[in-house]
Amino acid sequence: MNIYLLLFYEFFKTGLFAIGGGPATLPFLMDISEQYNWYSLEDLSNMIAISEGTPGPLGINMSTYAGFHTAGILGGLTATFALVLPSIVIIIIIAKFLENFSQNKYVKGAFYGIRPAVAALIAAAVYNLFQIALFVPTDTGTQISIKAVVLCVVLFGLMQIKRLKKLHPVVWLIFAAVVGVVFQF
Amino acid sequence: MSEIWQLYFSFFRIGGLTFGGGLTMLPMLKYELVEKKKWISEDDLLDCYAIGQCTPGIIAVNTATYVGYKRKGIWGGIVATLGMVSPSLIIITILAMSLQNFMDNQYVVHALMGIRSVVCALMLGTVISLGKKSLVSIVTIIIFLIVLALAVFTTIPTIIIVVFSAIAGIVLKSVEACIKKTKQGGDKE
Repeated sequence: MNIYLLLFYEFFKTGLFAIGGGPATLPFLMDISEQYNWYSLEDLSNMIAISEGTPGPLGINMSTYAGFHTAGILGGLTATFALVLPSIVIIIIIAKFLENFSQNKYVKGAFYGIRPAVAALIAAAVYNLFQIALFVPTDTGTQISIKAVVLCVVLFGLMQIKRLKKLHPVVWLIFAAVVGVVFQF
Repeated sequence: MSEIWQLYFSFFRIGGLTFGGGLTMLPMLKYELVEKKKWISEDDLLDCYAIGQCTPGIIAVNTATYVGYKRKGIWGGIVATLGMVSPSLIIITILAMSLQNFMDNQYVVHALMGIRSVVCALMLGTVISLGKKSLVSIVTIIIFLIVLALAVFTTIPTIIIVVFSAIAGIVLKSVEACIKKTKQGGDKE
């Protein structure tokens, strides 16, 4: 099948089923990476970094990047429009026909199940990210990278400090980039 | 300027000036839509957020479509959404294009390796705050653990898991309501 059609199909599906916003697209992006080899998990990690560090909704940034990586500028456009299309259709239908949609008994019930499931899906995706970020490939398989683990733990600890909590993600990204260059990650 | 263009540029500004999307966008949306343009009331915005969170897709996009539709019908919804995604399309494409040329540079490679660690730390924070919000009862914790095990150890597609958890939620919620009812009935007797 044509690459743009495939991109459209995959990101349309993601837009339709990624419930809970930007981070919820992550498990889908991983599924796509496994199925098509359009981008690797390492690429995906770079995409997250760039998407967190630039303005705009996380999910849109990641789709644009993944689409661009796969099939250039037109690919980025295709992926992003495919991602937002289900939202546009569903929201207009709800706005037009359904009053009190979020108070509906079945909608509430469905979300009772979906919320923890999505949290778990994202947790599993992050677990995969940890594996590629904190382990380095060696001749005999993979080995844990002490440097990467220390940096991750220190950064996570710093982020929990109240006064640093509000710091812009860009600050953390730049800090980690400098550490990466200085300590030859 | 006609209102349809104002919709485009307002959401362009919101998309171009906020980082992260979702909940972090709320203060910016409030400033632009409620205080500055007076397009919707604060209550409407919060309602819209509630809908955005319980419909598929990116929350910021859902909000843009909803507000645009309320102001100017279907075209309003489409134009507002296009405004919201335009800055991302431009910025990410330019960045991705320039990064491509530097991928062989040793400094860029080291920097990206360092950044991988911070991505882990940031995403771990996201997972923890999501967990706090969604793990509100024993049942939700059980769902979380089952789905986590399925996602890590099996290759069941994400879509199937989402659909089944929705069905499970509806069933469990009505069972809980039923138990509550019979308990109350029992108390009365």
